[in-house]
Amino acid sequence: MSSTASPIVAVRGIGKSFGAHRVLSDVALSVQPSQVVVIIGPSGSGKSTLLRCCNALEVPQEGSITICGTDLVKNGQLIPDRELNALRMQVGMVFQSFNLFPHLTVLENVTVGPRQLRKMSKSHADALAHELLAKVGLSQKAAAYPATLSGGQKQRVAIARALAMQPRVMLFDEPTSALDPELVGEVLQVMKALAREGMTMIVVTHEMGFAREVADVVMVMDAGQIIEAGPPEQVFSAPQNPRTRSFLQAVISRD
Amino acid sequence: MNLDFTPVWQGWPQLMHGAVVTIEITAASLLLGCVLGLLVGIARLDPSKKLIYGLATGYVTFIRGTPLLVQLFLLFFGLPQFNILLPAFACGVLGLGIYSGAYVSEIVRGAIQSIDRGQMEAARSLGMSYRQAMRIIILPQAVVRMIPPLGNEFIALIKNSALVSLLTIADLMHEGQKIISVSYRSLEVYLAIAFVYLILTSLTGLLLRHMEMRLRAGGVVQ
Ligand SMILES: Nc1ncnc2c1ncn2[C@@H]1O[C@H](COP(=O)(O)OP(=O)(O)OP(=O)(O)O)[C@@H](O)[C@H]1O
Ligand SMILES: [Mg+2]
Repeated sequence: MSSTASPIVAVRGIGKSFGAHRVLSDVALSVQPSQVVVIIGPSGSGKSTLLRCCNALEVPQEGSITICGTDLVKNGQLIPDRELNALRMQVGMVFQSFNLFPHLTVLENVTVGPRQLRKMSKSHADALAHELLAKVGLSQKAAAYPATLSGGQKQRVAIARALAMQPRVMLFDEPTSALDPELVGEVLQVMKALAREGMTMIVVTHEMGFAREVADVVMVMDAGQIIEAGPPEQVFSAPQNPRTRSFLQAVISRD
Repeated sequence: MNLDFTPVWQGWPQLMHGAVVTIEITAASLLLGCVLGLLVGIARLDPSKKLIYGLATGYVTFIRGTPLLVQLFLLFFGLPQFNILLPAFACGVLGLGIYSGAYVSEIVRGAIQSIDRGQMEAARSLGMSYRQAMRIIILPQAVVRMIPPLGNEFIALIKNSALVSLLTIADLMHEGQKIISVSYRSLEVYLAIAFVYLILTSLTGLLLRHMEMRLRAGGVVQ
């Protein structure tokens, strides 16, 4: 992949196996500031694993990953814990199953990171959290506990929680897959707004409409490899790889 | 058969005094057991830390595989051989505490492992260290789940604490036996002792159920 300005995320030649099962092989990826990369591909192709490697929730056995020019994984070696924690603050993650902290209020979910990790004062963190909750349309839910929220609301809180660390890049792993269809839109709205503001994003999703509209680059994964990458119009209208074509056909016929 | 409960009525104040000692020793032991159990339970989460995991597992295996009475005697009669002379009460708390620590550690481990893996991942992805994630995110949720089994452990410990009477501690059992030694009314006094233990365990059970219901009502436990 061409290296223009210094990339926010640079993945070079990573490989990962779970036991004998090879899940990623020789994957490379470079994300420029404000770029939105959407990763699509069949189930089990390694999309989540690739994304989780980008904040070392999984560690590849081969290859290197840098975040904003700082090594995260070098030749299959994870950096020491101290540096890892500091680097993870730069990378926001949004999970399919939200993973909100159920014992904390919505406000506390958003402030816990800045307060504990950035040593922000309570008033400062609260102000930041209220601002972010307003942005995701949940100002009135600040005092609620996660259990009382709908799936769409939970995912918007999770986005606000990640944003509160003021990350340089946001990773989304199928953020709308666990949602009832009528709640998908509100989460995609928030993500689109983020993209418009220039947030750097890597998004694993099955929402082809979102990919078409927001992605700068669409990557197609299959069997642990990126088999195709390009602007959405090219990947969707004139896919080069026959496996991309059959995947897209399967997705379209399912919808 | 003629039953004569007179010695029980006459000895009632001593029995009550013994019951208080039983509660004290049980509570102190469980407190010690909780501290030990928390450390050991966390140590047993990660088998890849071989030394710590091995020590913790050895402790749990030994305690759960040997009689409590033997453990108590090891402390009470064994320690003096090293010129460590502990008061009987301290010996009892130490013995029961070390004993319950092994069981509490299993409660702690189970509760922590019952917390969804995604909680740790979400905490770590924010940039928290393992320790911070444990302290701020995992343990507060796990502690709530520990309360019901800890209550059961407290009840079991009340009953097991009768063994410390053999260390000359003046607990409920010991006070009862003193009454028997002068009245020879074994059946009546042991019935009375059993009755008082039953009251203690039942009250504790009620208290726990009440607490659990309030936690549930407050939405802390699902
Ligand atoms: N912790 C793990 N241990 C063992 N195997 C794993 C683990 N995580 C993932 N895998 C396997 O690796 C492969 C890739 O998984 P991954 O979750 O990255 O796929 P995916 O593209 O995200 O799929 P989906 O669309 O279903 O989410 C799958 O076959 C999965 O079973
Ligand atoms: Mg996945």
